[in-house]
Amino acid sequence: MDNFILTASIIVSLICILSLYRAVVGPTDVDRIISVGAIGTKTVVLLLLIGLIYKRLDMFIDIALCYAIINFIGTLIFAKYFMRKGVL
Amino acid sequence: MNPIEIISAILISVGIFFLFAGTVGLIRLPDLYCRMHSTGKADTLGITISLTGIALYNLNDGVTLVSVLVSLKIMTIAVFWFIANPTATHAIARSAYESGIKPWTKEGTVEVDLDEQRAKEQK
Repeated sequence: MDNFILTASIIVSLICILSLYRAVVGPTDVDRIISVGAIGTKTVVLLLLIGLIYKRLDMFIDIALCYAIINFIGTLIFAKYFMRKGVL
Repeated sequence: MNPIEIISAILISVGIFFLFAGTVGLIRLPDLYCRMHSTGKADTLGITISLTGIALYNLNDGVTLVSVLVSLKIMTIAVFWFIANPTATHAIARSAYESGIKPWTKEGTVEVDLDEQRAKEQK
């Protein structure tokens, strides 16, 4: 089962690299923030899988939760900043 | 491989498939809003399914109070992300539209005049 979790986390990190393409190429900067948000989503799953590998899941859950919250707030703040009038 | 491990393995792989589907949409779709549409939905579903798989796998070595609470904490991440991701996508889509990024149509971007549209709404 550990090998399965290891391959799963490798696949998730490959998917992160895949969605990095849009961050590099993306014509508008909103594309870039979307791909960074997508990478953030995958990082939450990756963190928990690593927690399973290290057999210390209860520590990694807090890290994943904080990461999810910060990723969400970052996206919101970018949305507010990106709009000229600053009204959400 | 007892049944709990098999079920959680299936759930994790299905969740990763949906994460992959969201990324494919992010790369291939033509327009900003289509990409937002695909990542917003597919990633949320991918996270929910894979987190339930991980939470289930956590109950593998004996269902004590501690492991149940840990699994519930994992599910709170899934629920939080279920609420937070659509909100973030909505905020981004609204701010992108307000600042004048036009949605894509078959013959290229449609010319939507914001002020005239708002005037119509006021009427």
